[in-house]
Formats: sequence, structure tokens, C-alpha cells
Amino acid sequence: MIHIFSDYGGTLLYGLGQTLLCSILALIFSLILGTFFALLEESPSKVARGIARVYIEIFRNIPLLVITMFFYVVFPLYVIKMNGFTAGTIGLTLYTSAFIAETVRAGIQSVDPGQMEGARSNGLSFWQAMRYIILPQAFRYVIPPLGNQFVNLVKNSSTLAFVGGFDLMYQGNVIASSSLETIAAYSAVGVLYLVITMPISYYMRYLEKRLA
Amino acid sequence: MLQNFIDAYSPDNLRYLFGGLGITILVSIVSIIGSFIIGSILGVIRYVKIKYLSAIVGLIIDIIRNLPLILILFFTYFGLPNLGVKPEIIPAAILAMTIFESTMLAEIVRSGIQAVDPGQMEGARANGLTYWQGLWYIVLPQAMVKMIPAIVSQFISLVKDTSLATIILLPEMLYRSQIIYGQNTNYIIPMFVAIALMYFIVCYCLSVLARYLEKRQA
Repeated sequence: MIHIFSDYGGTLLYGLGQTLLCSILALIFSLILGTFFALLEESPSKVARGIARVYIEIFRNIPLLVITMFFYVVFPLYVIKMNGFTAGTIGLTLYTSAFIAETVRAGIQSVDPGQMEGARSNGLSFWQAMRYIILPQAFRYVIPPLGNQFVNLVKNSSTLAFVGGFDLMYQGNVIASSSLETIAAYSAVGVLYLVITMPISYYMRYLEKRLA
Repeated sequence: MLQNFIDAYSPDNLRYLFGGLGITILVSIVSIIGSFIIGSILGVIRYVKIKYLSAIVGLIIDIIRNLPLILILFFTYFGLPNLGVKPEIIPAAILAMTIFESTMLAEIVRSGIQAVDPGQMEGARANGLTYWQGLWYIVLPQAMVKMIPAIVSQFISLVKDTSLATIILLPEMLYRSQIIYGQNTNYIIPMFVAIALMYFIVCYCLSVLARYLEKRQA
């Protein structure tokens, strides 16, 4: 396995970079989208709640790979051409945003309802109260599950390998087929995934214990 | 456009797609049963703190949990032949899914047992049950009830994750839809609509079940 790192170090590092870049981009966008839909779900308007529910159920119940393939195969035919990396990042963002929406919503619900009442009776509008009173408190509870979502994102970004996204998994395949040492190549890839995911999950477990 | 849908959903194509759904369900059910049994055992081992064994099992669980499923699929399908075992596609997919999901379930089982009031075990011991009897007859049944919603949601992701086995050419829905639209590009959208719907129906039914169980428990 060591010689895989020395022979193909550059390729592996490039793949690792793409995996990280894709995961971080998807995390940022899905955090924005997810919070948006969580707010819609908690809003007083029935229509808004319905829209949020449909969005969340659709992206939670369809496999990530189907969503990614949709953007890779269907989009270029009818809308706009995009490379594997873009299609994969969009797929990951939409898929993860549904899970983040659920997480953020649970966080909002865990804030004492008295906080909202207090804010409203002090003259803040519903959205002001959300923005300045509820969300800042909700995010404290949401950090450990969000960290676990990031671990999932890094793992799920391996779907980029299906669409030629040049991520870590893709490079692992290239190395496995060119060196013919499948086990060594996949172990090297596994080690690199673990370097990112293990510390984050252990840290999140620690945070969870401390918050509880 | 409408004609494309009518042509794409010819009886032959539909039969082929539903066959893929059958394989998805077959792989899911076998992996669900396997990972439920193995995951429960691993979760208990991790909870009871047997010297060395629990620490080693815990480390293995953490390693597998933090790897992408696709990598484990590659290990079972392309890696095992290097060690002299050559599994067929379906057993390789089932093996990978079972290994991966067992570790996920082990964590659910462990936290489920931890959520049971420690007084239950003390009471059982005080009434003359051994530690293992207390675990089996008193603690585990209560923990299982608490865990059911989390377990069902884990099974939803298992069903979705079977689509990843397309990469080792498991002839399930996604793979078969690709074969159909590979012959005629007009069929691309109808095929995506069909498989998205099929996955959605299966997973949505499971999530409704999960929510019902969660409500009944509360």
C-alpha cells in the first residue's frame, strides 16, 4: 500500500482535493437551501409549509445517484451542458439539503416556544424573531448533526466517480486498473477517506456528549 | 414528447424495469435481515464492554462507518478475487451492503441500549437475574422499541444505497434504465421519471411507516 502512495501520490492528492472541494461547496449550498426550507416548514403560511414538505420528501426518498445522473445525463440534453463535477455537486447539494432541512427544523423546535412569544410581544415580526432570536439558539443544537452530515457528504461525494468527477474514488479506480493491485489501491483510497471522516465523527461525538 | 413516454413504457421495457425493482428489493431484504442480526450483535458487544473485544469491534465499526459504501462494494467485488474468492455480482452486493449497514445499525443499537434507564438493569439484577438475562429479557426489549424508527430510516437509506451497486453492474433498476435509454435517447426522461417514481414509492412507504411507529411510541 505504501508504494501506491509513492507512485500515485499526486493523483491521489488531486482526487482528495476534488472530494474536499465538492463536499465543502455542497455543504455551504445545502446549508443555505436546507435552512431556507426548514424556515418555510416552520412558517405560518400553509402553502409555504406544503412546498417545503414536497421538496424535502422528494429529495429524501430518491437515491442520490439517480439525482446526480439526472443532472449529468438529462440536463445537458435539454438545458445546459455541465461536467461531472458540477452535476455531482448539484446532486449532492439537493440531496443533502433535504436532510439538513430536517436537522435545522428539529433544532428550531428544540428552542423553547417562550422565546418566540417573548420576541413577538416585544414587537419583532415573525421573521425578525426567527433571524435574531430563534435561529442563533437553534444552531447550537444543530452543530453535531451537521458535522455528521458533512461526514456523510464526504462519503457520498464518491458518487462523483460515476460521472467522471475526478474525485478520490474515481482516481482510486484509475489506479486500481492501471496498477492491477486492487486491494492496495482501494486501501490507499480508504485511508485517505478515513483521514477526513474519522476525526470529524469523533469530534462530533465529543460535542454531542458535552451538549447532552 | 407524450409519444416518447408511451413508447418507452412498452410492456417489454416495463417488465425489464420491474425485474430490476425485484432485484433491488431482493438485495435490500437479504441485507436488511443480515445487517439487523449482525448489527444487533455488534451493538451489544460494543455496549457491554468486554475486555479488548469491545474496543476492537468499536474500532472496526468506526472504520467501516466512515468509508463510502462504493469503496466497500469495490472491495467485495474487485478486491476479493485478488484474495482468491470470486463472488458473483448479487452476493458481492449483498455482502457489501450487509457489512456497511451492520455497522450503522450497531451504532443505533448501542445508543438505543444506552437510552434505557440504568435502573432497569439494577432492578433485574436485584431480582436475581444474571447480567445477560437482564440484558436479554429486560433491557433489549425496551431498547428495541425505542430504536425502531431509527432502524426503519436506516433501511430507507439501505434501499436507496442499492442503486450504488450499479457500479459493479448489479442489474437493478438504475442499471436497467440505463440499458433501455442507451438504445434510444428519447427514452431518457421517461426512464428517469419511472425509476425516480419507483424508488420514491418504496422509500416513501417506509418513511410513512417510520413516522407512524415514532408517533405510536411517543
